[in-house]
Amino acid sequence: MIIELGHYALVLALATALIQAVLPIAGARRADRALMELASSAALVCALLVAFSFTVLTFAYVTSDFSVRNVWENSHSLKPLIYKISGVWGNHEGSMLLWLLILVFFSALVALFGRNLPETLKATVLAVQAWIAAAFALFILLTSNPFARLVPAPGEGKDLNPVLQDVGLAIHPPLLYLGYVGFSVCFSFAVAALIEGRIDAAWARWVRPWTLAAWTFLTAGIAMGSYWAYYELGWGGWWFWDPVENASFMPWLAGTALLHSALVMEKREALKIWTVLLAIMTFSLSLLGTFLVRSGVLTSVHAFATDPTRGIFILAILVVFIGGAFSLFALRASRLKSGGLFAPISREGALVLNNLILTTAAATVLTGTLYPLVLEALTGEKISVGAPFFNMTFGLLMLPLLCAVPFGPLLAWKRGDLTGVAQRLFVAATVGLLVAAVYYYAMNGGPVLALLGIALGVYLIVGALTDLVLRAGIGKVAGSIAWKRLSGLPRSAFGTALAHAGLGVTLIGIVAVTAFETETVVEMKPGMMVDAGGYTLRFDGMRQGRGPNYTDETGHFTVSRGGVAVTEIWSSKRLYTARRMPTTEAGIRTFGLSQLYVSLGDPMTDGGIVVRVWWKPMILCIWGGALIMMTGGVVSLSDRRLRVGAPTRAKRAAGLALGAAE
Amino acid sequence: MIRLLLTLFLCLSSVVPALAVNPDEVLADPALEARARAISAKLRCMVCQNQSIDDSNAELAKDLRVLVRERLTNGDTDEAVIAYVVSRYGEFVLLKPRFEAKTVILWGMPVILLLCGGVAVVLAARRRSAGTLGAPLSDKEKEELDKLLRS
Repeated sequence: MIIELGHYALVLALATALIQAVLPIAGARRADRALMELASSAALVCALLVAFSFTVLTFAYVTSDFSVRNVWENSHSLKPLIYKISGVWGNHEGSMLLWLLILVFFSALVALFGRNLPETLKATVLAVQAWIAAAFALFILLTSNPFARLVPAPGEGKDLNPVLQDVGLAIHPPLLYLGYVGFSVCFSFAVAALIEGRIDAAWARWVRPWTLAAWTFLTAGIAMGSYWAYYELGWGGWWFWDPVENASFMPWLAGTALLHSALVMEKREALKIWTVLLAIMTFSLSLLGTFLVRSGVLTSVHAFATDPTRGIFILAILVVFIGGAFSLFALRASRLKSGGLFAPISREGALVLNNLILTTAAATVLTGTLYPLVLEALTGEKISVGAPFFNMTFGLLMLPLLCAVPFGPLLAWKRGDLTGVAQRLFVAATVGLLVAAVYYYAMNGGPVLALLGIALGVYLIVGALTDLVLRAGIGKVAGSIAWKRLSGLPRSAFGTALAHAGLGVTLIGIVAVTAFETETVVEMKPGMMVDAGGYTLRFDGMRQGRGPNYTDETGHFTVSRGGVAVTEIWSSKRLYTARRMPTTEAGIRTFGLSQLYVSLGDPMTDGGIVVRVWWKPMILCIWGGALIMMTGGVVSLSDRRLRVGAPTRAKRAAGLALGAAE
Repeated sequence: MIRLLLTLFLCLSSVVPALAVNPDEVLADPALEARARAISAKLRCMVCQNQSIDDSNAELAKDLRVLVRERLTNGDTDEAVIAYVVSRYGEFVLLKPRFEAKTVILWGMPVILLLCGGVAVVLAARRRSAGTLGAPLSDKEKEELDKLLRS
């Protein structure tokens, strides 16, 4: 009964979304306040209905109600509670419901906190959100109903895919979706601006925090996914340029560009049309990502959605929304007036360069991801586009961008002084090269390119801090004044510095691991030793074990340095009983920022076992940098200026910031 | 990523997870082995999704790894080994496609976009500054300006 209520709530949510999609727009056209106000209530009701529906599905999972087909297919009564809950979105139907839930949740937030938005803008934005919500609710109801029943109900479920039974899965998809779907709000604002034919100050002030929030979540989701793959796959890779990864990386690149162009728009009223276009493109890439992952177009053996009706339905959604938005843009963009003049060498100019390179990078990833599909469809020829292609093209594009990053915040708005900024960054560049030299000495040599990469990373970090140091006047004025100035800086200045420094940290991690990691593959018997990263591992033997829904074999290693035992590592292989599926649980030990990574291979006939040992120098920098970037996003988001409720203080703070910058 | 995880398991030929290069495949000469690894990273495991033969544990990937090592021990250059593998399995095996007629758009995309974007930015900037500065000074205006400056 409760299951049917959940299903029915979803139907009601679709009906509500349809009302919200049509009436407020009509209200905005006719200046009918009652109709416009309907949008907010409808958004709230819709969010409650979908939340109820989602709770019902979660309830079915928690109580292992195998009369629900979706639960039977993806759950097992012996599964730990956390994986019963995360199993809700560990499958196609449930994850689409989560997508919808987050979408309507964001609409509800706009409805709740958008009190000081212009009435017509708010009504139109909520209507556009409802178009998306209605499309996805219809998709779920028609092709991916998670509430379908099984008669008779089986006694036991088929269990969730073992690789997905991990804390990483509990967190990764919701974070990723918060990012993906967060950009829907920017999209709706962009479409609303095009429908209304104007953009005002409220528009920019609303779009920037949404972009920041979505970007922060997406960064978290991608970093989380990367770390999950690293420890779960058992071969120590952390990025594969896999189409599904690319699907989340493209909106991230476009979103990063949007973040920066929205900045120009908010501060200087320039790049309006471009920002609108970018907002549309970013969410289009999110939709495309959903399509690529959900439709199974990438591969015929995709475990999620092999049913072509779903693919065609999502493709239709894709065509309608992306095509519709771009047509609207083509028709109406000329109505939006652009303002804000600037010289080529200026902060605006730097941000334009940022946008140019980031969108090119996103387009390159997009081309590389879709090219084999399109080529095969058109000519029947099969080619592969893999990591070596992306590393080369993407790397070449990022190089000039990374060099330019510290320049951005140091250049003045309108007209900047390139030579002056270059002089101020001299310290950062010198420190970078010095660190690289020390690294060279410590590592007893190393590839020149890798050392330059390390230098670039350090230059990014020091360059980001240079901005704060200069603005506070540290070293030029008395310490107490500098401190006062530093604490008076707007939070967004710290946010920028953190995000840019985080980029440097990630770069250092990537370069160090790529250039200096070591891999040892050996066949070991108990008592044998292997060296890695200055440590010695002794293999002590294997042990059999049993978990709630799996059996495992664990290898035990003692790690020593200079003959002194420092720690131990357990590395295991699991066999999940319900699906007879094996997984590797790599043994990982952290030493500072570096890690020892041990994974087990095949047992040999003579009693030995193949053991792989990796030394991953500075690997934690990769995700640590992402964490710092996210912190930057959160700090920026807490800036008073971005709180729409505080317009007066905002202007003064902005004035102060400009004063401090000069 | 999930798909990758799943396909990894589809690639498994045995019940117990095995990982790529096994000790019995490794060549005695470290320089030759390093070359073999570098080549392997560029070749696709044909039965996997987006995995190189260096990363994959499928039977076919193992066969290819052994093949690459055989050719190298026989004294082939890196290019010759890759050309040989391509002649047997087609270009599908290359993770980095060659630059040729059918991949012009793929390889050209970043360059074309950067150029077009750059030109568009410059044009937009020119138009904007031309639009606001208005027409240049007429001769009469120049004279008046000169007079003002001189006085």
